Amino acid sequence: MKREAISALRARRGFLRKIGGAGAAVAVGTAGLMHKVAAKSEPAAAQKSFPTPDYDWTKHRWAFGVDATKCIGCLRCVEACKRENNVPLDAHHFNTWIERYVYLEGEDKARIDSQQDPVNIAASGSEGQYRFANRYQDAKVEKAFFVPKLCNQCEHPPCVQVCPVGATYKAKDGVVLIDAEYCIGCRYCVQACPYGARWFNEEKGVTQKCYWCYHRITKGLQPACVEVCPVGARVFGDRDDRDSPISLFIRNNRVQVLKPETGNAPNVFYVGIDKEVL
Amino acid sequence: MEHLIQYAPYTGWVYPNETVIEWSVAIVVYPYITGLVAGAFTVSSLYQVFGFQRLKPVAHLALLTSLCFMLFVPLPLLLHLGHPERAFNNLLTPHLTSAMAMFGYFATFYIVLLVVETWFAFRPYIVEQAQKRIGLIGSFYRALTLGSYDVSETALRYDRKWIFWLAIAGIPGAHGLHGYVGFVFGSLKSREWWSSDLMPLVFLFSAIISGVALLIVLYVASCKLRRTPIDLACLKGLAYTVWAFIIVAFVLEGLEFANIVYKGREGIEMIMTFVTGPLLFPYFVLQFGIGAIVPLLALSYMIWRGTTGKALVVGVTLSACLVLLSVFMMRWNVVIGGQEISKTGKGLLTYPLQVFGKEGLISSLSLVIAPLVVLLGITRLFPPWEHKAAP
Ligand code: SF4
Ligand code: SF4
Repeated sequence: MKREAISALRARRGFLRKIGGAGAAVAVGTAGLMHKVAAKSEPAAAQKSFPTPDYDWTKHRWAFGVDATKCIGCLRCVEACKRENNVPLDAHHFNTWIERYVYLEGEDKARIDSQQDPVNIAASGSEGQYRFANRYQDAKVEKAFFVPKLCNQCEHPPCVQVCPVGATYKAKDGVVLIDAEYCIGCRYCVQACPYGARWFNEEKGVTQKCYWCYHRITKGLQPACVEVCPVGARVFGDRDDRDSPISLFIRNNRVQVLKPETGNAPNVFYVGIDKEVL
Repeated sequence: MEHLIQYAPYTGWVYPNETVIEWSVAIVVYPYITGLVAGAFTVSSLYQVFGFQRLKPVAHLALLTSLCFMLFVPLPLLLHLGHPERAFNNLLTPHLTSAMAMFGYFATFYIVLLVVETWFAFRPYIVEQAQKRIGLIGSFYRALTLGSYDVSETALRYDRKWIFWLAIAGIPGAHGLHGYVGFVFGSLKSREWWSSDLMPLVFLFSAIISGVALLIVLYVASCKLRRTPIDLACLKGLAYTVWAFIIVAFVLEGLEFANIVYKGREGIEMIMTFVTGPLLFPYFVLQFGIGAIVPLLALSYMIWRGTTGKALVVGVTLSACLVLLSVFMMRWNVVIGGQEISKTGKGLLTYPLQVFGKEGLISSLSLVIAPLVVLLGITRLFPPWEHKAAP
């Protein structure tokens, strides 16, 4: 636990420096890295381990936690993710996003929006940097909270089930990956994901989604969003390690998953969400 | 890149990534022409297998129609793929849990079957032409005989046997191909509008009516073009077939909708808002009202009154056109409609139909018209109306 925390801290510092210093350099660097990650000759699902040196994917069982009571909607995670993973800087492609739920006095249903909402984009003045507009300042708010969303790396992923060529597959460590050199771009998986986690990269002709920064976690680092979250609303770790942050998070809280009725069995565990979150 | 994608305007709450509608009108056309293939094939098997003698004048036309449309089935998919050059991966490494993986095999099997059956059906004609014609066209027919010039009674009986068994194999082939298209949508649990056990059946029966309706239109048009009298018994046979299958299709579609409404699961409010709002016209008016109820009533009336002559021809042809529209709208309402209801169940999107571009309206409509052009050409080479040459 201690070692992981320390290395995470060190990595976070390094990461923040990078973000501040040379965003573009990071983007270019990761593009190269992702390419290396994707390039291989045999079907990845059949391989013993992912072709990252010194990484054995049979030795981990990754999981993710979200403490919605902590999230302040600062959207740093969304921006970090976009840059770390080369996600198009627009309001229509996201590996991770933040939902805002606001119950106004006298209303039964939450008003829901996300950073991509035109009002919020107008408030930030850019499609590459995000902020939530203060749109409820004159209303009487009864209850409000933020919910970070990302791919759930489901235990029974329908996206993997439907891929006609097996380009997307579940790695032994639980992460659902996409082989960008094999994907035919049919987008069946985009339709099959009930959470809207997948998006199509029009330029590359392939589908993409969050993969918990696989290029980082296989090197012992934390996912970029977890790194930058200033309040620790995002928790990541190995469930095979009883003392990892995620194991503690799951053990010490009553956790929930999204849309359990689908049978997908998500691996992102939530604390502090409400009935309307799905 | 900006100009490539059109973002979908929305109301309510939708997931951010949903603002790009991924399955376009090309994916509407795909099940539409697959359905026409299956439906046209049904007509030819009604004659070849089930011995509906009345349908003899259209039996070969049905076969050619099925073949021409089948040749175009893969095209909308290829246009849609982000990497069409990798399409063969689907055949090389099919992922067996995917409903879409078997498409390549199904389609290939079916195309081969259609080609072989067509060859047998037209063999006497091919042989005749091979002996009669000279020059390039003669060589073409001579090549097509595959060296077999035997058109004795024994040989023809043998051919008929082949046609019979190919037609029998084709029934599950054609219907499997189309039922599976319904499964592609019905098996997804991510959308309430799609996720239905009835979906394959709904697709299948609407496919049959669309194929029969298409043959009505093609048969009447071909008779007009060739200035030959329309065989009213045949037309009536087709009209009865459409009439019977519309009822089944209509009941199934109604049941499916009733199921969604009656179960009233999460997101039903949005679905109701959708069908009584943006979908009111395409769904209730076009697909159900004008496209299904009107032809059903018109056909019932004509059957009841024993209408015949010109009135029958006009009435049946118009009904058939409406059925073709209805089935197209059904595909539209499933494929596009399904994506316009957000997976959140709390928002609605509007599909930004593009006119130009590889997945635009023009290229998609061309894909529906192109098989007809090919059909026109093929009927020159293999006239399906040469009854004397066929069994
Ligand atoms: S959240 Fe969606 S994309 Fe991610 S594994 Fe589950 S079904 Fe697949
Ligand atoms: S878009 Fe790519 S990953 Fe998704 S189902 Fe199609 S081939 Fe598979």
